[in-house]
Amino acid sequence: MKPVLCLRGISKSFPGVKALSGVDLDLYPGEVTALIGENGAGKSTIVKVLTGIYQPDEGTIEFDGQPVRFPSADAAAKAGVTAIHQETVLFDDLSVAENIWLGHAPRTRWGLIDRMEMRKAAARLLESIGATLNPDARLGDLGIASRHMVAIARALSIEARVVVLDEPTAALSHQEIHELYELVEKLKAQGKAILFISHKFDEIFRIADRYTVFRDGQFVGSGKMTDVTEGQLVQMMVGRSVDQIFPARTRQTGEPVLTVAGYSHPTEFADIGFTLHRGEILGFYGLVGAGRSEVMQALFGITKPSKGAVRIEGQIRVIRSTTEAVAAGIVYVPEDRGRQGTVKGLPIFQNVTLPSLGAVSRGGFLRMSEEFALARSYTQRLDLRAAALDQDVGLLSGGNQQKVVIAKWLATKPRVIILDEPTKGIDIGSKAAVHAFMAELAAQGLAVIMVSSEIPEVLGMSDRVIVMREGRIVDEVEGDRMTPETLVRAAAGLAAAA
Amino acid sequence: MNIFKHREALLALAILASLGLIASRFPAFIQPASLANVINDSAPLMILGIGQVIVILTKCIDLSVAANLALTGMIAALMNGAGVPLPLILAAVVVIGAALGAVNGVLVWKVGIPSIVVTLGTMTIYRGIIFLLTDGKWVNAHEMTDGFKALPRLAILGLPVMSWVAVVLIAVFALVLTRTALGRAFYAVGGNPHAAVYAGLNVGRTQFWAFVISGALAGVTGYLWVARYAVAYVDIAGGFELDVVAACVIGGIAIAGGAGTIWGAVLGALFLGVIKNALPVVDISPFWQMAISGSAIILAVAFNTAKSRPKGRLILREATE
Repeated sequence: MKPVLCLRGISKSFPGVKALSGVDLDLYPGEVTALIGENGAGKSTIVKVLTGIYQPDEGTIEFDGQPVRFPSADAAAKAGVTAIHQETVLFDDLSVAENIWLGHAPRTRWGLIDRMEMRKAAARLLESIGATLNPDARLGDLGIASRHMVAIARALSIEARVVVLDEPTAALSHQEIHELYELVEKLKAQGKAILFISHKFDEIFRIADRYTVFRDGQFVGSGKMTDVTEGQLVQMMVGRSVDQIFPARTRQTGEPVLTVAGYSHPTEFADIGFTLHRGEILGFYGLVGAGRSEVMQALFGITKPSKGAVRIEGQIRVIRSTTEAVAAGIVYVPEDRGRQGTVKGLPIFQNVTLPSLGAVSRGGFLRMSEEFALARSYTQRLDLRAAALDQDVGLLSGGNQQKVVIAKWLATKPRVIILDEPTKGIDIGSKAAVHAFMAELAAQGLAVIMVSSEIPEVLGMSDRVIVMREGRIVDEVEGDRMTPETLVRAAAGLAAAA
Repeated sequence: MNIFKHREALLALAILASLGLIASRFPAFIQPASLANVINDSAPLMILGIGQVIVILTKCIDLSVAANLALTGMIAALMNGAGVPLPLILAAVVVIGAALGAVNGVLVWKVGIPSIVVTLGTMTIYRGIIFLLTDGKWVNAHEMTDGFKALPRLAILGLPVMSWVAVVLIAVFALVLTRTALGRAFYAVGGNPHAAVYAGLNVGRTQFWAFVISGALAGVTGYLWVARYAVAYVDIAGGFELDVVAACVIGGIAIAGGAGTIWGAVLGALFLGVIKNALPVVDISPFWQMAISGSAIILAVAFNTAKSRPKGRLILREATE
């Protein structure tokens, strides 16, 4: 059988990061190809190349044997490539039919939108995928599964030949997942080529005909599902190479600093319990959406847990706001630096001193010389590369902004520092600097929690690793058990290898 | 920050240029006494501008300042009629103005209503209260004591007290904005509310204090206005809140919050004051005056947009290419 869509040697770079280097991908009509890889393997990037959102730096795309280019999302859609994303973009205040046909609605001969035809066509489409939805219903009134159906109907409304399903079951219930599988079978029967992205092995084995594995932006292998075992796929995903150099550390953990017990949230996580010691780096590994960041944000007073106790050095502390968290000695460096980390428009030194204004004030007035001194001492320790401390923080690179955020928190002299994806999206040089500094902090007796989805980083930096899955702690590994396979299996919900 | 310093220099230059232009035909306009008059006329706009800058910095807007001014001014006039001594009246206008501002602040902070809606509502309510207090009657000059009316006009070193109040308040709040934790919080909360929360700041409470300050300044202006013009009624300073916002926008205060200085608003107020005072002198109809003020606002915003464009482009490029 000939593939309908062939990607060859696709490369894509972003400033400081090579997201894809020379990957291949084939999609066959009437077959489901599973795209497998860890977070950051380049799955989302290839989907964006496929749907015309990104332009590849190198490589070719062949559609039906003809070389094509997708200069825009619109061009990809016209050619018949459609994608249903993890977070579907729909409009709450429009009706189901309007959502399906937005941008390419049927017209009357006067050039106006043909509402009658639009509703009829929407009803037909919804019926073809087995969804019983009223085309006139307001989208905002529907549940997640129904919204997903609308997104699928919208994707199919363009007569697609290639359908990309990007983690479609992440937010669905058991019954809804079952319905989705049936829909995928229907699409296969219609001869559509389907690219299925998922982290769940049971579902890949159930639904996919072929697989393609990416790792760190590179093509690792592909083939038929019938020729491969779970273990082989895991092996391909994680590889063996840890090609980054991590700072050498001698493990010397002291007395417990932070003890969390029975920590629960109504929807995000349940029964979280762990102990963190002085001088320790505790890694939190899991798939995106496993609830790691939510636990950390609760510890930092951003979201409110429903149950559970937090002890700092043996004392129970109630943390209801970020101010109380900082007072208790817990600080959090968020994953989303742009939104949650820095205040653009304020200079570097003012970003650093923001939570420590009391310490640089005399008689109620800020002392600029002390602000500069504080900012300088911490940014120098982090090797911040900036022209001047009074330069706008928004002009710094991602890695250097990350250093500003870390410096800001170190200036509050915390006991516990939580780093959420500390090196995500920053260049290699800055990564090494952040890693070295983390090791130094731990050596100085600070207790460090590192949430990371990068396996080499988790294994290279942590003394112990807690693995979370669907809001719960599923494993805690240290010593010899700290291997890529253990982490991936625990995070994906697979039994430990025999 | 350099961009804004640059902007303020530009605005100062524009003011000087228009003064020069006017002086080339009407030299009398730049006599010290005439300029002092322009400054004095602009004083209410400057004082309210200070409060508005602070509110806008926190990503809010206060449309109730003129109504607050009218209400506190009326209360001051009524207290004066009832024989309350002047120092007590002065204290009262600050407290009442602050309380009216606090109402806005609480609704924004605790109830979570957008500030434009809150202040649009209180703007009407405060004027309604004046009506209830007076049945729509005016308090005229002959019903006010001489001391009450004289204070704003009392000249010290050639400038009336009204101008001095503006000068002192500008100095005080310039210091608050640049040199106190609260001032820093105004910038951080407006610049990036998410990051401000993560830095341990309370966004709502910071916005509350901005409204209280804006209200207190409106209260002070209420007394100055009523005493200087020697009349109080429901509609004094009608529509003045828009002049205040205009002064801020011309002064380069980012309407999205987080960027701008007191000096910008002061210069914006002066710019509007110069235009307002010069146009009758050069014999241009007041209709042109509105058109010119309006054009100045649009020009100022176009300038702001042009300055902030490069940043926005970078983000877009990453997302679309």
